[in-house]
Amino acid sequence: MGNSAVYLEMIRIRFLMMLAYRTNYYSGILIYSINIGAYYFLWQAIYGAQESIQGMDAAQMTTYVAVAWMARAFYFNNIDREIAQEIQEGKVAVEMIRPYHYLGVKTMQGLGEGLFRLLFFSLPGMVVIWLAFPITFSDNFAVWGFFFISILFSFIVNTQINLLTGMATFFLLYNTGLIRGKRVVIDLFSGLLLPISFYPLWAQEIMQFLPFQAISYIPSMIFTEAFTGTEIYQALGIQLFWAAVLIIPIQLMWVLAKRQLIVQGG
Amino acid sequence: MNVVEVEGLRKEFKSYSSRSGLAGAFRDLFTRNYQVLRAVNDISLHIKKGEMVGYIGENGAGKSTTIKMLTGILTPTAGRILVNGMNPHKEREKFVRTIGVVFGQRSQLWWDIAVQESFRLLKKVYKVSDDAYEAHMGEVIATLDIGPLLDKPVRKLSLGQRMRCELAAALIHNPPLLFLDEPTIGLDVLVKMKIREFLKEINRKYQTTILLTTHDLADIEALCERVVLLDEGKIIYDGRLDQLQKNWVEGKQIHFEFHHPVERHALIELSGGADVKWRQGERCNEWIAGIEGDEEAVSQLMSRVIQQHPISDVKVNQASTEEIIRNIYEEGLTHG
Repeated sequence: MGNSAVYLEMIRIRFLMMLAYRTNYYSGILIYSINIGAYYFLWQAIYGAQESIQGMDAAQMTTYVAVAWMARAFYFNNIDREIAQEIQEGKVAVEMIRPYHYLGVKTMQGLGEGLFRLLFFSLPGMVVIWLAFPITFSDNFAVWGFFFISILFSFIVNTQINLLTGMATFFLLYNTGLIRGKRVVIDLFSGLLLPISFYPLWAQEIMQFLPFQAISYIPSMIFTEAFTGTEIYQALGIQLFWAAVLIIPIQLMWVLAKRQLIVQGG
Repeated sequence: MNVVEVEGLRKEFKSYSSRSGLAGAFRDLFTRNYQVLRAVNDISLHIKKGEMVGYIGENGAGKSTTIKMLTGILTPTAGRILVNGMNPHKEREKFVRTIGVVFGQRSQLWWDIAVQESFRLLKKVYKVSDDAYEAHMGEVIATLDIGPLLDKPVRKLSLGQRMRCELAAALIHNPPLLFLDEPTIGLDVLVKMKIREFLKEINRKYQTTILLTTHDLADIEALCERVVLLDEGKIIYDGRLDQLQKNWVEGKQIHFEFHHPVERHALIELSGGADVKWRQGERCNEWIAGIEGDEEAVSQLMSRVIQQHPISDVKVNQASTEEIIRNIYEEGLTHG
């Protein structure tokens, strides 16, 4: 490509921007800790005296919740909202006169945000949670390796969905509702709030055909070692499949969007 | 070879109109009224290397739309565009490396980070070598006097400071063609002068072609030999600025500021046989007479008026460019 220097620079700039807004960063830590704590106590109450539900024991579930939220810090980003805003304010015009691919740059900004949170938020956060709650970490290096590959795919799939939602603004012009709805759908269907194996069978069947499980459910199941052996490869295969398939609607929408482009605000 | 070659360029927008009332709003949910608006209507334009062209027109005349098509942001509905030998929309990424753009109304710098970080990023984006950057930007930064601003975040800069940084940012890759869309909007006189001098300088030094839109005609007077006048999407004048002035300015303008309110018909009566157009000025009790004729006609008219109506001030001058252009828009280009 030869553009890697540009993209690295984009990541660096995003780091600088994250540092410029420290309050967001601190409040983020607080919100995530409250969420993990709340779900920990909720699941404690649900499990009660039961050893295991749907093949997962209480310790695995605690780990699942903690890891799911920590992975979310990495794959989650607001580029859908940013794209929507840039379209509404007509800032895309400025982006179109730059010699780079707008969507590529947005993705890199998302990655910069994700890496920032992974390093300065998830890693220290994990240590704190490990001290506070009974969490089991795998001593198998391969599991860690698969997990990191898996959250990279989480990032890709989630970002692709964000690009699609953001670009929808080109056609809808006002997009806040769709973006909010998407966030709820992802939290619910990705397995962040509830492992997908806990849903009723008919719902599981539907979710199998949706890309959302690739975002949270798969990396968390890998990390808690609820997936083993070939299950892991199958799961990674599903992620790869969605990462590849979602490129098609993105390209399609981008071509249409460019044709449709009306720069708002004169 | 021309830097800009435009032939029969057209851009149409669909514009939706809302029906009135609640029932109308419900109907809008299903079918919407729209009409096709032609923002740019079959214009042809050729600009040679090193020219500085002023592109002027009222709000909504289609200036920005043209610039957006020339820079590859908008796709034309019809027509042929060749800028720097390329089709802006088709070869976007290659094309935009050869142009610089400043939009006066929107920032291209990253809002939350220091100016120099934006510059550094743009330097990477345009693949400018360290040496070329040092040599060229060192000078740009010195001329625009923005050295002390480089480590400040953009949101902390004043408008004038920011605009100078925007201009520097647009020139990082030293483009042969520069589009400026209202670059001096909202700036004070000193900053405006600095920017004008700077633009002249780079035009002289690098033969940079500049296409400038502005509402401040002093910008155009200071910079451009050639002006293109746009009205309702059509080019109504394309030629030298001094020619425009010469064709239009016949006679003088006399500004009277009276002590008391004066009626138009009273003034017309005083005109006598001379060809005088009376127009109310912006100040209260100010009337402007446009008179065609020699000095004698001017002094006769003045003496007649002053005898009848006491004045607090009177001025005689040539019609300004602003005046000319206002006349063109109000009355059409009949004199030309």
